[in-house]
Amino acid sequence: MSILINKDTKIITQGITGKTGQFHTEKCQEYANGKNCFVAGVNPKKAGEKIFDIPIFGSVKDAAKDTGATVSVIYVPPPGAAAAIWEAVEADLDLVICITEGIPVRDMLVVRNKMKEKEAKGGKKTLLLGPNCPGLITPDEVKIGIMPGHIHKKGRIGVVSRSGTLTYEAVGQLTELGLGQSSAVGIGGDPINGLKHIDVMKMFNDDPDTDAVIMIGEIGGPDEAEAARWCKDNMKKPIVGFIAGVTAPPGKRMGHAGALISGGADTADAKLAIMEECGFKVTRNPSEMGKLLKALL
Amino acid sequence: MKIHEYQGKQILKKFGVTVPRGIHCTSVDDAVKAAETLGGSVWVVKAQIHAGGRGKGGGVKVAKSLDQVREYAGQILGMQLVTHQTGPEGQKVRHLLIEEGADIKHEYYVAALTDRATQTVAMMASYEGGMDIEEVAHKTPEKIVKVFINPLVGLTDEQALALAKGMGMNEASIPQCVDTLKKLYTCYMETDASLAEINPLIHEGDGTVKALDAKFNFDSNALYRQDEIVAMRDLDEEDPDEVEASKFDLAYISLDGNIGCLVNGAGLAMATMDTIKLFGAEPANFLDVGGGATAEKVTEAFKLMLKNPKVKGILVNIFGGIMRCDTIATGVVAASRAVNLSVPLVVRMKGTNEDLGKQILKDSGLPIISADSMADAATKIVAAVK
Repeated sequence: MSILINKDTKIITQGITGKTGQFHTEKCQEYANGKNCFVAGVNPKKAGEKIFDIPIFGSVKDAAKDTGATVSVIYVPPPGAAAAIWEAVEADLDLVICITEGIPVRDMLVVRNKMKEKEAKGGKKTLLLGPNCPGLITPDEVKIGIMPGHIHKKGRIGVVSRSGTLTYEAVGQLTELGLGQSSAVGIGGDPINGLKHIDVMKMFNDDPDTDAVIMIGEIGGPDEAEAARWCKDNMKKPIVGFIAGVTAPPGKRMGHAGALISGGADTADAKLAIMEECGFKVTRNPSEMGKLLKALL
Repeated sequence: MKIHEYQGKQILKKFGVTVPRGIHCTSVDDAVKAAETLGGSVWVVKAQIHAGGRGKGGGVKVAKSLDQVREYAGQILGMQLVTHQTGPEGQKVRHLLIEEGADIKHEYYVAALTDRATQTVAMMASYEGGMDIEEVAHKTPEKIVKVFINPLVGLTDEQALALAKGMGMNEASIPQCVDTLKKLYTCYMETDASLAEINPLIHEGDGTVKALDAKFNFDSNALYRQDEIVAMRDLDEEDPDEVEASKFDLAYISLDGNIGCLVNGAGLAMATMDTIKLFGAEPANFLDVGGGATAEKVTEAFKLMLKNPKVKGILVNIFGGIMRCDTIATGVVAASRAVNLSVPLVVRMKGTNEDLGKQILKDSGLPIISADSMADAATKIVAAVK
């Protein structure tokens, strides 16, 4: 098993006709069961056409109705990305993965509150992963996003991270040590996002095919501490933790919009301390994440 | 993106918040003329730099005559103003704000910012204005009142009133304070701000509520739709290397160490810096080349790192995904030749086309040190610069 997605997941690509969308859709199709998983694209101006044999629909609703897809991935450029998320939510999908980097924070604030309002009124709950994330992968089954498929290996370790290449780093180390992954999830580097560390940790905890987890965070925001506190009381599986940015100066945005130290709790040291207190095996040496995890099994 | 106080006040004024009358100027003569134009008998001469703590650093002075305006403007304009936010070298003052004096009865604090945990806009207020709010939050957190604003609803009358009362606003000034808070919220949302802070907000002898300072940060993701804000950008206040980097779409931040690092991805870039420190040295910069690094981009990144005279060695750490290691290797070789690289260079490459990339580095004939892991790379570069 795995979390969130598997070989039977049916996926819609929003922004499939753009350069980025095309490039990554092709790579995702080539990976494992991708040919059967990527069933639809959306572009209101190109409905009825096809790209890589994938039919294009005028709206997410039409695409979902016609193909039975329950997941969408978004490559729409920043000015229209939040509207694309909302379109997928209105179509009652299970999961929306937003790869787009650079969406205005105000747009994300509005769309997240609209999602919460819809749920509160009894509407269907749609999960959001991202934005500004690499996506997620269940090795040998399906990859949704921009990560390099070949570094992954099917197995029983979960990986969750805010950073794309740092996720690849952890996955690469695990694979080299012969440890495969159940799922690897990039939650993204933006301050206002969907699924957080805590949500993904809960899923890994409930997944019978995940034995242990690497949780990677970075400076800025309360998410890692929140997840750590939950894990302390609930997590039944060993966790290796790393926080990037011990050397980051305060007040500077370190590449990611959300990677900014604005108070004491935002620092890497503070987060590492809480994670350690909550029973994580933490490391300050990111080259050791895989080795440490192996030692815990 | 940050702006000056005088610009922040222009924005507040546009949204209907009462601010003192003031004139922005860049010379001593203009400062005196500004004071004459404003009239009255008391003026405030305020240094305009992006850092906070200007008052304590000697950048804000109250003048009681035109001669004093001239004297203070002369002292402040051109000075290296040192505050707790500028670093020891300080920031050169190029702009002044001359303002009419205010009849301050009490100083309050108010700010709006995006709250990540609740995914709302938080508005905070306090009776303890005019001082460092971090200190207030630390020592007497009960003195800060906070409301969380659902952006679908906006700041409600109840919330605004709760803030005004919670901050201990002068009774007679409460209606104007409520109005000011609502305008501040509208301003925050419409300008795509990530912080809008008025410290102090005051009430005067006649009950008038006024913003005596204005500090804004703006969401850089939203600048494409905020032309008016972008026009307020003052490059003199920013790190010239960071400005240069942004032209090439590189995320760059100067640091104090001596090992330059070039990495793809923000998280991996921070992890690389941390590893350098773990192995006994300090990083000279944060540099994320992003997903689509070309040979030109790598060359620009090298030039940028080497402009820093402290840099004694460079560590390149690439996890090739979409970006292939052979592309990066070609870029690194071209960049090394283009800048006539004379400091040690360690390259660690992983992922797509790793072997091909390593071969390109080897075949180049350049003294590039290859490494297998981040730890290995850090060990090697630290040894090489010692």
